[in-house]
Amino acid sequence: MEVAKVENVSRVYRVGEVETYALRNVSLTIQNGEFTALVGPSGSGKTTLLQLLGCLDQPTSGRVFINGQEVSRLNRDQRADIRKGHIGFIFQFFALIPTLTAYENVEMPLLLNGMSARQRHERVMELLKAVDLLDRKDNRPDQMSGGQQQRVAIARALAPNPSIVLADEPTANLDTTNGEQVMTLMTRLNQETGVTFVFATHDPRVIRYARRVITLRDGTIAENGTGPAN
Amino acid sequence: MRNYLKMAYRNLLRHRRRSALSALALAIALALLVFMAAFFKGEMRSSLEDTLRLSSGHLQVRDIDYDPDKSSVAWGYLIEKPSEVAAKIASLPPVRTATPRLFASGIVSVGQDSAGVQIIGIEPDSEANAPYRQGLVAGEFLTAEDRNGIVIGTPLAESLGLQVGSTLNLLVNTAEGTVDEQTFTVRGIFSTGSSNYDKGIVLLPLAKAQAFSGAGDRASIIFVLLEDREQAQAVASAITGAAYKVLTWQEMNELLVLVNDFSNAYITFLSLIILGVTVTVIVNTMLMAVFERTREIGILAALGMKGRQIITLFLTEAALLALGGVAVGLLAGGALSAYFGRVGIYFGDLGVSGMIFGDRIYPYLMLDDVLRLSVTAFLVTLLACLYPARLASRMEPVEALRAEK
Repeated sequence: MEVAKVENVSRVYRVGEVETYALRNVSLTIQNGEFTALVGPSGSGKTTLLQLLGCLDQPTSGRVFINGQEVSRLNRDQRADIRKGHIGFIFQFFALIPTLTAYENVEMPLLLNGMSARQRHERVMELLKAVDLLDRKDNRPDQMSGGQQQRVAIARALAPNPSIVLADEPTANLDTTNGEQVMTLMTRLNQETGVTFVFATHDPRVIRYARRVITLRDGTIAENGTGPAN
Repeated sequence: MRNYLKMAYRNLLRHRRRSALSALALAIALALLVFMAAFFKGEMRSSLEDTLRLSSGHLQVRDIDYDPDKSSVAWGYLIEKPSEVAAKIASLPPVRTATPRLFASGIVSVGQDSAGVQIIGIEPDSEANAPYRQGLVAGEFLTAEDRNGIVIGTPLAESLGLQVGSTLNLLVNTAEGTVDEQTFTVRGIFSTGSSNYDKGIVLLPLAKAQAFSGAGDRASIIFVLLEDREQAQAVASAITGAAYKVLTWQEMNELLVLVNDFSNAYITFLSLIILGVTVTVIVNTMLMAVFERTREIGILAALGMKGRQIITLFLTEAALLALGGVAVGLLAGGALSAYFGRVGIYFGDLGVSGMIFGDRIYPYLMLDDVLRLSVTAFLVTLLACLYPARLASRMEPVEALRAEK
């Protein structure tokens, strides 16, 4: 089943008179349960593609579908609704809310989805257990290591049972050990829960976890094939 | 809402000093406004009280031709057989006391010094003279039979070097348009609390004043005090007589009522200016918060938070700041008003003519002023913080996420 699809998508940034193509006529389908790496050098369009798949941005032309629904023409609030219900994000920087504890950070998307307090509690505890951070649940981000923070971010991304989790260079700010831990965790969660992961990276150590690798170059798909983990 | 409050509260605690200073700015402004409102209210209230008990009373009955500006004792201006008229009015149930008073213009001279005064002929036993009787600082009050005694105010006594037992020369404009002159002995010196008023009057027994000025058995006004001043209009209608006109305290003190209204408008205007300046401090704090937390706003948006939820989050922060400021401001303003409301603020003779002001002003805090100012301060803050809140809500998630941490 298709989780996400882009059709002839271009994204053009205009600075004054200059037009820069971040993506040019890209078409791509992501199936349910995939563990896919978007690779390519800086500026190849990885992040832009993730942002379009994540309804954070809109294409200049072409269409984007999430679970069969076209999302490329939705307004801000409608896109927020899609993100809230269907999409989990993991960012390169450990994008936690600094004033909230690990527990509260994971709880945030559930709050936005209007889940009851009891259900929230069960879900958050389940996720913190899955990322092995139950003992850190009352810690704020500044009381945790980078690896721990990124694991909280993974738990948060999974909290609303998203159709797809999009990770932009999730290990870029981690040392090797923590990076490995994060990728192992993502792999395990992908296998256990069946949730689709698409992650951007240019780190060969991360690419080897992917079952599918899509290589971008200058805003177009240069290669699209199976990954080392397949 | 609980979660907004929790987040807002913690966000404010991130920069405790900055948040505290912003709230303090509002607190100081509100304290100042509350105190100012109390000050004006106290000033106007005591001015009205003083005017009513000293000068206008709740009602005055005058001859139809009487002109208060002339202080003339020409018979045509005066009420005949005033004691009988006063007795009739006093028999009306809402009337506490009614007493004749005669006003004549005169000059007090002692040696080379002299001062223009209004001579007031009073019935010494009347309850209406309580402010003078109770305000005696030396000597004793007049008796109805006294033919040489006079009671004067403290500022006049001081300026002319008079004491109890001193004699003074009093010149009066008589009913015939001539002047008469006589020596009086100071029986008592009073202070009503308003130097400006006290320096311009001297008191004589009514009978003596009538004889001295040639007014005969006549008086300028019947001075009426009621049990409840709100009954003034009703009582005025009950007093009949073609030869009289009856004036209520509102009619006699139009200027005071006008100034009172003006002071309300003045306070409102000033409060908007002061709050406007203060609120820029809070808006600035909120703007700094928005710019510092741009990436966080991006994260919240990525998680699916909508624009209006982001506005709510920032407005909740502003509301907490405003509540803190309002609470501290009210406490400080209330404490200031209460303290000075007890001890008063000494201004001395304000030198305002046409109105009676006490030498000391006692701030008087009204609940409706407190509510009005608090609600205004709170709402103005929230309204002003709509700008940073909307700015936050309109950020593009992609742009916001790209921001430096």
